[in-house]
Amino acid sequence: MIETKDIYKSFGDNEVLKGITADFKPGKNNLIIGGSGSGKTTLLKCIVGLHAPTKGDVIFDGENFTDMDFEQRVPIRKQIGMLFQNSALFDSMTVEENIIFPLNLFTTMSKSEKLDRANFCLDRVNLEGKNKLYPSELSGGMKKRVGIARAISMEPKYLFVDEPNSGLDPQTSIVIDELIAELTLEYKITTVMVTHDMNSVMGIGDHIIFLHKGQKWWEGSNKEIAHTDNKELNDFVFASKFMQAAKEKL
Amino acid sequence: MFTSFGRYILLLRLSFRKPEKFSVYWGEVMREMVSIGIGSLGIISIISVFIGAATTIQIAFQLASPLIPRSIAGSIGRDTTILEFSPTISSLVLAGRVGSSIASQIGTMRVTEQIDALEIMGVNAPGYLIAPKIIGGVTMVPLLVIVSIFLGIGGGYLACFTSSDVSTSDYIAGLRDGFDPLTVQVALVKSVVFGFIITSICAYQGFYTTGGALEVGQSATRGVVYSCVMILFADLVITRLML
Repeated sequence: MIETKDIYKSFGDNEVLKGITADFKPGKNNLIIGGSGSGKTTLLKCIVGLHAPTKGDVIFDGENFTDMDFEQRVPIRKQIGMLFQNSALFDSMTVEENIIFPLNLFTTMSKSEKLDRANFCLDRVNLEGKNKLYPSELSGGMKKRVGIARAISMEPKYLFVDEPNSGLDPQTSIVIDELIAELTLEYKITTVMVTHDMNSVMGIGDHIIFLHKGQKWWEGSNKEIAHTDNKELNDFVFASKFMQAAKEKL
Repeated sequence: MFTSFGRYILLLRLSFRKPEKFSVYWGEVMREMVSIGIGSLGIISIISVFIGAATTIQIAFQLASPLIPRSIAGSIGRDTTILEFSPTISSLVLAGRVGSSIASQIGTMRVTEQIDALEIMGVNAPGYLIAPKIIGGVTMVPLLVIVSIFLGIGGGYLACFTSSDVSTSDYIAGLRDGFDPLTVQVALVKSVVFGFIITSICAYQGFYTTGGALEVGQSATRGVVYSCVMILFADLVITRLML
């Protein structure tokens, strides 16, 4: 299980996170939601170690990740897959090379085993046969799917996803959400996703943490979110007329 | 300035940490050596020939006196090419060609989160991205400088061949006269140091890029400018220490 304990993070005088304590449920889709500037991505980056918290701890299965140095973090990092907001594919490598890259560095697999694994991952995200394409030749949705394929290539225990639907049309967004949910269920991955897409929240949000002004404001499931009396959360979730109309029908 | 210098030293220390897998890093070193060495061969060849030729003509023009032997153009041209033009001018050109490419490549990887992706995987990003470039720089710049020396001297010969200022036999006699191997040692020491300066400073500028496309361009410009200044400073220090 992933836990954050009293996480604070400041950039200069700007305190972005103000004491976030949260548990992320194993084998579930854990969503971090909130408005722009609420600290969602900063929290995610603190959890994965891209930002060092000003104060507080991140715990992976009882081990304090924050206190570890680079070498000590490597065994945990090998269990982490991450999909970035802009996919962050290595643009000098083909799709296949992107997926094989972590296998080259951290496994003793033979060339054919690595190729089989890459093909399996590509099949899993419905991109079979796209091995030799470069990221510049892919659409936004395809890039996200390659990003997911790369993230699962090492069979991760934890999957971190930053704004998977940004820049995608609604249909593709749903495809990506469903793919993430399927993988979470199939491989019993603990998924932590940052999003402000309400379709994701309602569709796959097993466990939702709502951040407001750098603090944890609300926590619950997608079933509970529709009936909450938390004003800030209601203002955020039901901001659009469509969502207001949907709420009235619930 | 001291903060930047401290970060630069720390980044270099991280860059030379034990690699995760030697074979993958070796592949990157080879790729960088080809990119820096073969990729720069054309421009280095062109400038070396022209500078060698122009230098010889100017020396012949300035030392046109019955009291000075004509072969002096060959001797001065040789030493100037070996000591200054080939290592320093070539390195300044390489700072523009190789340095800007390194800074913009690493800077783009930073702003598009590719470096974050490496770190998430547990890869030592400075080691994977910077160390191969530095190794490529300190090995290939001296080789390019050696090529440049030969082509520069060849350019001087061509200038003599196509003009009547100095005969080719005088030029060759001058080349043979009073050659000191120390000049070649100085040139090689300079080129190793300059190769390190170009690759490490530009990689540092790229690695700590924040923002977007505009900032990537600014990092590349800063990398080239700082490299050029440091090359000229190191040139003075090495010349003072070794000659």
